[in-house]
Amino acid sequence: MSHNISSLGYYLRVFATLLILTAATVGAAFIDFGAFSTPIAMTIAMTKGLLVVLFFMHVWHSKKLTWLFAAAGFLWLVILIGMTFGDIVSRGWQGQPAL
Amino acid sequence: MSELTSNPGLAHHFEDLEQQHESMTLGMWAFLITEVMFFGGLFTLYAIYRWQYPDAFSESSNKLSVLQGAGNTVVLIGSSLTMALSIWRAQHGDMRGTVRYLVATLLLGSVFLVVKGFEYSHKFHDHLVPGAHFDVSQFLMPETQAHGALFFSLYFAMTGMHALHMVIGMVALLILIKRVRRGRYSAENYSALELMGLYWHFVDIVWIFLFPLLYLIGRTWTPA
Repeated sequence: MSHNISSLGYYLRVFATLLILTAATVGAAFIDFGAFSTPIAMTIAMTKGLLVVLFFMHVWHSKKLTWLFAAAGFLWLVILIGMTFGDIVSRGWQGQPAL
Repeated sequence: MSELTSNPGLAHHFEDLEQQHESMTLGMWAFLITEVMFFGGLFTLYAIYRWQYPDAFSESSNKLSVLQGAGNTVVLIGSSLTMALSIWRAQHGDMRGTVRYLVATLLLGSVFLVVKGFEYSHKFHDHLVPGAHFDVSQFLMPETQAHGALFFSLYFAMTGMHALHMVIGMVALLILIKRVRRGRYSAENYSALELMGLYWHFVDIVWIFLFPLLYLIGRTWTPA
């Protein structure tokens, strides 16, 4: 098999970035960002997840079909959470009983 | 053709190892999508209940240990590194190195579960496990105690399902280590290691989201 082989430094850099982002999310939790706290925490978590998917799970060097599968998983997750949560949040906006 | 099919690692219905590797990888991704949907249901529940009861969730979250949660995050990210490095060694044909990194992954996984075990036993001791002995009257008003029970139910359901995935992953790791030692894999045929990695990294990603959502909310929260 002729797969792309990355160097030790490549993996160590990903690892170091993940550690820095972990420290960042802990630090941010102790600062009062008000309504922005959760979006900040989720942005950091998504960045970490993306690093793991692209570099540890080798999607970056994979064929387009693998990219499609990974993206499909994310898309369906967005539909599941987005539509269900959107329904709950928007109850009561137009006269329906709020939850 | 006859030369290719003579490879013991190649199943007869595949043209070559490259095609086999691609099919195996895509199959694993398809399985991981179902896993995303499985955990997605739990995350959806979490989003809805936290949106409804933000104060009870914040106060309950403050009962979790940031130190243990953050420590376990580092341990799990470290195990993802060693998992990735085990494949990196396999790509170089260094199967001894592969075994060393797989064992390291297994050990880091055990450390994670031991810490989790200590956390769980503390929760039992502090009456924070929903059930007959659940008692959050120390920090929640009577009318919001049921909302605290929701937080801790979700905490145990989400971390419990995550821990179960860790245990399954560790059993798979043990089997894999045995097979690598028997010389089943090589620099040309290491797809099984790649699939193990995909699963392990996925479980890591679930924790990357669980940690801030369960441990880090409401750290600056003050009663209104």
